[in-house]
Amino acid sequence: MSTAAGIRWDQLIEPDRVHSSLYTDPAIYEAELERIWYRTWVYVGHESEVPEPNDYVLKSIGSQPVIMTRDRQGQIHLLLNRCTHRANQVCEAQQGNSSAFRCPYHGWTFANTGALLGYPFSSGYGGRELKSELGLARVPRMASYHGFVFGSFAEDGPSLTEHLGAAAGEIDRLVRLSPEGRIELRAGWLKHKVKANWKLLLENETDGYHPQFVHASIFAVAESGIGDLYGEKSTAVTRDLGGGHTENDLRPEFRRLGEPLRWFGTSPERLPDYVARMRAAHGEAAEQILVEGSPHVMIFPNLFIAEIQIFVLQPIAVDETVQHVTAIGFAGAPDLSRRMLQQTLGSVGPAGFLLADDSEMYERNQRGVQVRRPEWLVLKRGLHRERLDENGHLVGDATDEVPMRAIWAHYRKLMEAGR
Amino acid sequence: MTTVDTDLLPEVEQFLFREARLADEGDYDGWEALWTDDGVYWIPANGDDIDPDTQMSIVFDNRSRIALRVRQLKHDKRHSQNPRSRLRRLLANVEVLETDDDGDVVVGANFIVYESRERGTTIWGGRNEYRLRQVDGQWRMARKKVMLVDNDRPLFTLAFLI
Repeated sequence: MSTAAGIRWDQLIEPDRVHSSLYTDPAIYEAELERIWYRTWVYVGHESEVPEPNDYVLKSIGSQPVIMTRDRQGQIHLLLNRCTHRANQVCEAQQGNSSAFRCPYHGWTFANTGALLGYPFSSGYGGRELKSELGLARVPRMASYHGFVFGSFAEDGPSLTEHLGAAAGEIDRLVRLSPEGRIELRAGWLKHKVKANWKLLLENETDGYHPQFVHASIFAVAESGIGDLYGEKSTAVTRDLGGGHTENDLRPEFRRLGEPLRWFGTSPERLPDYVARMRAAHGEAAEQILVEGSPHVMIFPNLFIAEIQIFVLQPIAVDETVQHVTAIGFAGAPDLSRRMLQQTLGSVGPAGFLLADDSEMYERNQRGVQVRRPEWLVLKRGLHRERLDENGHLVGDATDEVPMRAIWAHYRKLMEAGR
Repeated sequence: MTTVDTDLLPEVEQFLFREARLADEGDYDGWEALWTDDGVYWIPANGDDIDPDTQMSIVFDNRSRIALRVRQLKHDKRHSQNPRSRLRRLLANVEVLETDDDGDVVVGANFIVYESRERGTTIWGGRNEYRLRQVDGQWRMARKKVMLVDNDRPLFTLAFLI
């Protein structure tokens, strides 16, 4: 088996093209787990998924199973689902409410803070006290932003704030659409499995070039105007937010149209309660917030906020990925949230009007990158017209490949740093 | 009051077998014609008894969304079903569960669907619950609930009619 030790990343990742082996080589995949998934900040879950004291939910970082708990005091913990005695799983249920986890193998019991509470027949340890040394392992670092909980297996490194950088502003923009300034993820997750490398999904999330082609069928039969947002004449932009984070900024189009809630395909008349609450909460700013709508941002490496839904990428193998998806609920906006759920579940997941076709493309692409010639994938689109915006971020036209170049430049930095 | 009229079984079975065959063979118009005007096509996720108004489902189509799904399937850019999956399914344990006061008949059946496409073969298994109704002397489907055995686990793309 090959290893990643001798890989010259600069020979696989050039400014305007990347090599096929990045999607197919198991050694590269293993290196990514170590240098990206088990090093940088990775999105784990949202605090609203464990709303009550002692709630817990099973999550993951890469292939590592993580229990996200809320303890009796309300504090969130990220614990690894492995008994410190013989490595059995201490938690089997996907979610629940419990102050403690009892390992089924030998009965060791851990608090939802990770602390070892007790172990049967303790005299068998000759009076040695194990409690202080054998609590559940924790994800070394945890931090949250507007309820989005991230974990990092690196003991030290950039803070979450530094990691998010300008992408934090997109989360701000999201929660502002709630009259109470917070979102809730309470609708459960669809888990959609594809035989494709995780980076094909990552790149597609902010690829403004594909929608008119991949989603031609639903745009045609639903008479949707979404395709025009991603057309040649669109004033929307693609943006490199730094740190591998990228977005399709659709605000220029929605500002041009100037209609509140157009971004959600509806109007204030159909959601009067929501609009009234937004005006009460935000005053004059409400109009602009309602016109500009929700972000479409891919936060590297695994959190995709797609206007009305959240996707989480989970790598399974070099050629297999699970995409978790749920509808966003805006606190204080039950009428809007109800519609967002119904619209989301029509669009996404294994049978979704949109995502079934994206997934078909991911799998065909994975077969494509195994074809021997040509060896490269091309990232040139919009190179001649990319420019800096007023905040110094690189932007391109709506269908340009600025996001892909941003992702790969950041990826290369992380992989080279791992040598 | 609910009753169970087992005499209905032969004609109910014939209807279900036809529905299954039309779905297998991609006869989308024929399949859509089996629905009542208020039909609901539901594939729950994360359990069989979730509340579809507050929880994510794999499919939760009212009649107009069923029509949209069929129109999309007939469009040549529905890439996830062009080419179509090759499909054959078995229905078994067909059981008339109840007849309600309005005359709707609730029927249960277990299924196995064998799907073949470029990715490979996928076997889908579960239980269907149908609400059937006589409309102008013909059986029609007012509700089809598809309870996949593995609806709480990661699933491959399911763009065909199951």
